[in-house]
Amino acid sequence: MNIYLLLFLTFLEIGAVSFGGGYGMIALVREKVLTNGWLTDGEFLDFIAVSESTPGPIAINMATFIGSTQGGFFGAVLATFGVVLPSFLIILLLLVVLSKLLETAGCKAVLKGVRPAVIALIVGTGLTMFLSVLLSIKTVSDTLTPDFRGICLFALIAVLVPLIKKLTKKKPSGILIILFAAAVGMLLYYPW
Amino acid sequence: MKKTEKKVAFIKLFAIMFKIGLFTFGGGYAMIPIIREEVVTKRHYMTEEEFLDMLAMAESTPGPIAINTATYLGYRLSGFFGSVMATLGVVLPSFSIIYVISLFFEKFQSLALVGYAFRGIRVAVVYLILTAGIKMLKGIEKKPLPLLIFGTVLVTMVAFSLFAVTFSTVYYILIAAVFAFVLYLVDRMKKEEKA
Repeated sequence: MNIYLLLFLTFLEIGAVSFGGGYGMIALVREKVLTNGWLTDGEFLDFIAVSESTPGPIAINMATFIGSTQGGFFGAVLATFGVVLPSFLIILLLLVVLSKLLETAGCKAVLKGVRPAVIALIVGTGLTMFLSVLLSIKTVSDTLTPDFRGICLFALIAVLVPLIKKLTKKKPSGILIILFAAAVGMLLYYPW
Repeated sequence: MKKTEKKVAFIKLFAIMFKIGLFTFGGGYAMIPIIREEVVTKRHYMTEEEFLDMLAMAESTPGPIAINTATYLGYRLSGFFGSVMATLGVVLPSFSIIYVISLFFEKFQSLALVGYAFRGIRVAVVYLILTAGIKMLKGIEKKPLPLLIFGTVLVTMVAFSLFAVTFSTVYYILIAAVFAFVLYLVDRMKKEEKA
């Protein structure tokens, strides 16, 4: 099969069947990438690290990267287009077809039940990330190894943000907090 | 769902989503606080309720949350072309950055300073997600049903994650939806019996 077509179809499939964001698709992406011989297992893991430390969803990053290394610029464009297309079409279809349905009493009741679940997932993600990033606990079998520099940075942010909000009557934006953490991160983790 | 009848210019939509795409590290959840800040807190394009409905839809349909929310936002704020522009906007930063990295992959890996910066960023992302979640929590009705759903999902999710049980986030949403719908039907039947 033509490499461009193969890239497009492979990532179209990945986009269509992976639910629940980035990590849900890693297993499938790994399978596809290995069976096609596009990356070795080690290269795959390295790339996940890169993908985590660059902006954007892992699926998009993976599509662009594999597309580019296998088929150059157009390969990157086609693979990325392929992975985005299913979500785009599905959401559009739901919005066009379901917007009337969403106004019904039954649907409103369902949404009332779903909202607290969504909030719980966000808080839960925050908590599990806190454990894994700052204490290295991903599962119960991991030993607790606190990252003291990270904890200091977390405490610094947690003190500074409300303080700035009080002084300037404006909450510092998320982007500003990220840039601040990047700068402090370089200073803190640098092996002086 | 409340209709926000504001039409937003394509280029503005593109710019907002480009910014979101550029500054969200570490997957879908990391962008939730930033999107919320842009469209709910700062610009009032959406109510908090609609924002949560959008997240529920983004989570229970295939594909990355970033793309799903961008398509949803774009369509709701300025129709079909809005959804194209918003999706393009959120994809373009990752695409450009990864494309450049793919050309210099090995050299990029050896940049230690980049690694230190990202360790700092990860800490900030944890802070942002937690504070956004807590703020949203303050906004839900303090009634038994929402609090019960919140508590159950939170405890199950953290426990499953710690015990390495794979359970897709879609299922939590689906179970909460079915549970709420059954309660709604029971409630309606009771009312009909009385009437």
